[in-house]
Amino acid sequence: MNVALAKTTTGATLDGTFAAARGRLPGTGPVVETRQRAFDQFAVTGLPTRRVEEWKYTDLRRLLGDVAPLAGAPDQAALAEARKAVAALKDGDTQKLVLVDGVFAADLSSFSAGNGVTVHALSAVLADDTSAVRADLLLSTVNDPMLALNAAFATDGVIISVADGIDCATPLQIVHVTTKPNTAAFTRSLIRIGSKAKVTLVETFVATEAAKAYQVHDTTVMWVGDDADLQHVRVMEDAHDAASIASAIVTVGARAKFNTFSLTTGGGVSRYQSFITLAGENSELSTNSVHLLRGQQHGDCTFVIDHAKPGCLSRETFRAVLDDRAHSVFQGKISVHQIAQQTDGKMMSRALLLSDDAEIDNKPELEIFADDVQCGHGATVGALDDSLLFYLRARGLPEKEAESLLIQAFVGEALESIVNDDLRDVAIGAAERWLGTRV
Amino acid sequence: MPALLEVKNLQVRVEEREILHGLTLTVNAGEVHAIMGPNGSGKSTLSHVIAGKPGYEVTGGEILFKGEDLLEMEADERAAKGVFLAFQYPVEIPGVATMTFLRTALNAQRKARGESEFSTPDFLKKVREVAASLNIPQDMLRRGVNVGFSGGEKKRNEVLQMALFQPSLCILDEMDSGLDIDALRIASEGVNALRSSERAMVVITHYQRLLNYIVPDHVHVMSKGRVVKTGGKELALELEASGYAQYEDVAA
Repeated sequence: MNVALAKTTTGATLDGTFAAARGRLPGTGPVVETRQRAFDQFAVTGLPTRRVEEWKYTDLRRLLGDVAPLAGAPDQAALAEARKAVAALKDGDTQKLVLVDGVFAADLSSFSAGNGVTVHALSAVLADDTSAVRADLLLSTVNDPMLALNAAFATDGVIISVADGIDCATPLQIVHVTTKPNTAAFTRSLIRIGSKAKVTLVETFVATEAAKAYQVHDTTVMWVGDDADLQHVRVMEDAHDAASIASAIVTVGARAKFNTFSLTTGGGVSRYQSFITLAGENSELSTNSVHLLRGQQHGDCTFVIDHAKPGCLSRETFRAVLDDRAHSVFQGKISVHQIAQQTDGKMMSRALLLSDDAEIDNKPELEIFADDVQCGHGATVGALDDSLLFYLRARGLPEKEAESLLIQAFVGEALESIVNDDLRDVAIGAAERWLGTRV
Repeated sequence: MPALLEVKNLQVRVEEREILHGLTLTVNAGEVHAIMGPNGSGKSTLSHVIAGKPGYEVTGGEILFKGEDLLEMEADERAAKGVFLAFQYPVEIPGVATMTFLRTALNAQRKARGESEFSTPDFLKKVREVAASLNIPQDMLRRGVNVGFSGGEKKRNEVLQMALFQPSLCILDEMDSGLDIDALRIASEGVNALRSSERAMVVITHYQRLLNYIVPDHVHVMSKGRVVKTGGKELALELEASGYAQYEDVAA
């Protein structure tokens, strides 16, 4: 009864938003039909509440209230502001693909075509009536209301394809810049890494000063080919009154390596949900996620790892440093199919609570159908160690500096997982910005 | 010129229990003082209160350092002023490389004193020199602070810091605990190299053995929260022969 009532309320508002946005959404024919189906699927539940098991600790109906109206395409002024924000990034030598308010900005990007790497704007392919697969770009293998919402509204994104055997020395970087207040951007990117290819992919989320109370809805679909190596680094520094709802859907082939790191310091409400299928034998997956949150920030890190083939290894590490009334959620699910023998899957969550009012919720799930596997999970929660603090202070470090050093040490191990030196520095820089603004 | 350290009638409580009942001690620059006493006599409490460890309630008396009220300062301010406590049990800090820790601490102290920060090459050169003199291998400096160090390595790391920070008052809290003879000798040589007319040391120990290596000018016997006898280095030898029992009666 309540569910139906709530759904109607949100659905009605969004119906209007969707209708209003439709004219701006790229694609015709089958694309429009796919968007409508996705929207209908979303409308069944509306924004998920705590009664939806997967969203139990991140009740978007309560936290978000509603989906903001679709952001308009950026004008020249917005692009100029975004250009400054991109220039301010200290990300070393990367090939940048910039999305401003949900629209690909070729002029702000620094990608040079060739060498086995191609890039297309999603909007262009969706609008290409000669493309037979254009509507498929909006489909996903995961049933989730926010993924459906993203498919309905996606305005743009990038489609990256790396050919077989290519060793892409310079990291590829997708930069999301928001310039407008009180609007929502919906982006969707697809990345295909050919077999034996080696790629480093960075995703960066920032905003200009004018952007307040905005929403970022992003989906990244990735395929990692057989024997390929994908190093992935994600840094989210959105405004503290913004919302960021992002999903990754990753399919990993055989004997491949996928190492993903994510750092969340921004967003008032955020969720990064990653659905990873180990679809080939003997692959290695490593995930390291860090939340540095304070104030009233709510961050959710959800990993669903599907061991579909034998002999794969997965390691999930989550670390949260929470101050004030910040709230962090870690949900880790490992599913092992019946044929996926010799699976080795482990997850670990560690939280450092700097205040009595901070909160961490851990939800580990193991679903195992094979009989020759090793799977485990663990969690720790603690405060800064007083004896360590005194040692540092007795050596001359003021209170905040001593705390910072211990916090850095706590997240250091996760940062060490980033192989690329420049990118590790990027993540360290973001962590230091967070520490530097502690009061 | 005031004494380097003046402890006057110090009374200290820990959780409602009085540990120090009016302790008085004066240490001048250039002197080495040994404080001896049985377990529970308050030796470590004294060192912790001087260094500024939280959890101790000073209910009476005062501690002056170069004439300034030490009890009004935070632990890090005391360190910057030149107070150094070599810990009985140095803590392990995983994830903080020893080099990073040393540089951060040294520069924090220099900053607090209004001095310029050490440049990285100068700093590295200095650390390498001191480390070599203490037989500390370079790979130890790259590891986390004290992580996986033996008892002897941890104590040498304390002496390394002492040599680097050049404090004017060094308090060595049971430096000999957990050390074999060789480790004790190396650590003591490091300490002796730091003896100078501008610096004072307070050596806290149970045993006379350490004082064979670090020879004190003055020896104080503590019992039940007070200094009950003061003498020269020969007092330590007497104690070794006769034990602490006689002084426990004095204190009672």
